[in-house]
Amino acid sequence: MDLFEHEAKELFAEYGVPVQPGKVAYTAQEARDIAAEFAAGGHPLVVIKAQVKTGGRGKAGGVKLANGPGEAYDKAGAILGMDIKGHTVHKVLVAEAYDIDQEYYLSFLVDRAGRQFMSICSVQGGVEIEEVAHTSPEAVARIGIDPLTGVDRANAAEIVAAGKLPPEAVEGAVELATRLWAVFTDEDATLVEVNPLALTTDGRVVALDGKVSLDDNAAFRQEHARFADPTATDPIEARAKEKHLNYVKLEGQVGIIGNGAGLVMSTLDVVAYAGEEFGGMRPANFLDIGGGASAEVMANGLEIVLSDPSVRSVFVNVFGGITSCDAVANGIVSAIGLLAERGEQVSRPIVVRLDGNNAAEGRRILSEANIGVVEQVATMDDAARRAAELASLAATGA
Amino acid sequence: MAIFLTGESRVIIAGITGSEGRKHGARMIAAGTRVVGGTNPRKAGQTVDLGGTGVPVFGTVADAMAETGADVSVVFVPEQGTKAAVIEAVDAAMPLVIVITEGIPVHDTAEFWAYASDRGNVTRIVGPNCPGIASPGKSNAGIIPADITTEGRIGLVSKSGTLTYQMMYELRDIGFSTAVGIGGDPIIGTTHIDCLAAFQDDPETDAIVMIGEIGGDAEERAAAFIEANVSKPVVAYVAGFTAPEGKTMGHAGAIISGSAGTAQAKKEALEKVGVKVGRTPSGTAQLVRELMRG
Repeated sequence: MDLFEHEAKELFAEYGVPVQPGKVAYTAQEARDIAAEFAAGGHPLVVIKAQVKTGGRGKAGGVKLANGPGEAYDKAGAILGMDIKGHTVHKVLVAEAYDIDQEYYLSFLVDRAGRQFMSICSVQGGVEIEEVAHTSPEAVARIGIDPLTGVDRANAAEIVAAGKLPPEAVEGAVELATRLWAVFTDEDATLVEVNPLALTTDGRVVALDGKVSLDDNAAFRQEHARFADPTATDPIEARAKEKHLNYVKLEGQVGIIGNGAGLVMSTLDVVAYAGEEFGGMRPANFLDIGGGASAEVMANGLEIVLSDPSVRSVFVNVFGGITSCDAVANGIVSAIGLLAERGEQVSRPIVVRLDGNNAAEGRRILSEANIGVVEQVATMDDAARRAAELASLAATGA
Repeated sequence: MAIFLTGESRVIIAGITGSEGRKHGARMIAAGTRVVGGTNPRKAGQTVDLGGTGVPVFGTVADAMAETGADVSVVFVPEQGTKAAVIEAVDAAMPLVIVITEGIPVHDTAEFWAYASDRGNVTRIVGPNCPGIASPGKSNAGIIPADITTEGRIGLVSKSGTLTYQMMYELRDIGFSTAVGIGGDPIIGTTHIDCLAAFQDDPETDAIVMIGEIGGDAEERAAAFIEANVSKPVVAYVAGFTAPEGKTMGHAGAIISGSAGTAQAKKEALEKVGVKVGRTPSGTAQLVRELMRG
């Protein structure tokens, strides 16, 4: 789970990582009130930052300085509702503006290739860090971290030195890095990034921005649920989650149900290729029903997929591995029955491809059930073509 | 010969008394695997019935190894206890540990991998979150269905479970020496590269199929390894060309790998070193078939 900047900074503050004082505003009026508080405290200059989980906010005009409550009102009003790379701005962070002398970069993350952790540190922080890493890799230090020993002050000093931070920033950066490491480990984060890490004109080292990704697998021992963001979730995705289904809404017309993430991802590809021949039909969703496709799971899956009005046909692509195909076929038959009982007569075409364990028996069960909307196709490629074709026929009203 | 897992392998199951351990233990025995025991510290001395075969339960991995000569442990222990179970196996110098458990925090995996590395990698770790290893006709350690394919001369390494099964089934007419499901977690023990190296050295493997997925740069690194070290033909498949762009945050991932992690980038990297990359699973199988017949 990725956090908003303001959530990351709240977490940083809990661990003693220095951040600017700031508060979240959902309306221009709230932004004005917060700016008024800062002005009353002798800090009229504030920065208003769009809270969206994507980069490039500054370039998109989502970060603005405001001098006093009136300007804060106007600028927050302009930023709220803005679209930044497909993310609508629902809230802004109003923070005390600091006078910045220099901008650095610091992060801790999982190093997949090295099968360990890593810190990245650079004196050349800011929005162009990726470009810097590309054009002058020597300016961006990558330091491996042993997960068994972690980062103490001495390691933090090595990281800061490798990043070539200037002497005046070293002490503050070392202190900040050790605290940031505590965020990374104690919160089961997969990424904590501070960019820019700023040296203020009065000599303080502060996290001016913060990005944190938390490991969903650690939910059983963490209180990550407090960061859940209901506004970001598609309503169909939210209902799928309640039913413990791994569903992702996409933009196409062919509903997809399969077992196993890899096979479903592959199914999306094959449907998209096939769709190129049929007016650009594309997968409408990703849905992995997992290994044991019981009738109930299949019914829930079908119900979720069909609740998407843009779905014009459904492709059920199952490889019987652990689960044998006769169980899957029975699942599909009872699923359609269950849906009818729930008052949802299935009318859109469902293309089924069963392969693997006991496929012949599974196909026989489906044939004998003689369900009008169900059509069986022997191979994954042909089934994908048929599902795309049926979707395009529905689209043209043929 | 197969790689990592042979007919001689003596397998124990960590978490043998749990429902997953019992279910898949029985399947492994039915597939011909020599399952010699299991562990559960609270049920030492008991016997578990796995599909009609009585299998002894030991309190520790060390006890199980001393009593049975076990050299493979298949771990079904739930995610809260997986790190401790793997570390226990490493301490006992178990040669091969296959971690089936899914949902393990990456900090735990990083720790048990570092722990095994510190001890000289005496223990090979496969997984976590993987379907295991199958050497058809010889042994099956994990949850890969045994009866979907046949023994043959293709080596398979895959991040994805069901795509492993799909490919084994597509190529059941040719058959496999060993199929290794390495899992798709951010940190895994045994990598594509480790398997490519082992298949290159295996006299019973003639060709290698590699299945990848979007994310990370493991396939790109595998491509570089193939160019330098693998003379046997390699065919690859990559899933996820149309998957939605991940909600990756920050710049660190891109800085570190220098790759977007997209399916297209992986395909290009593999094709650049002469690996044929299939467009679909069946197309990939067809490439292998042409190669084996050619």
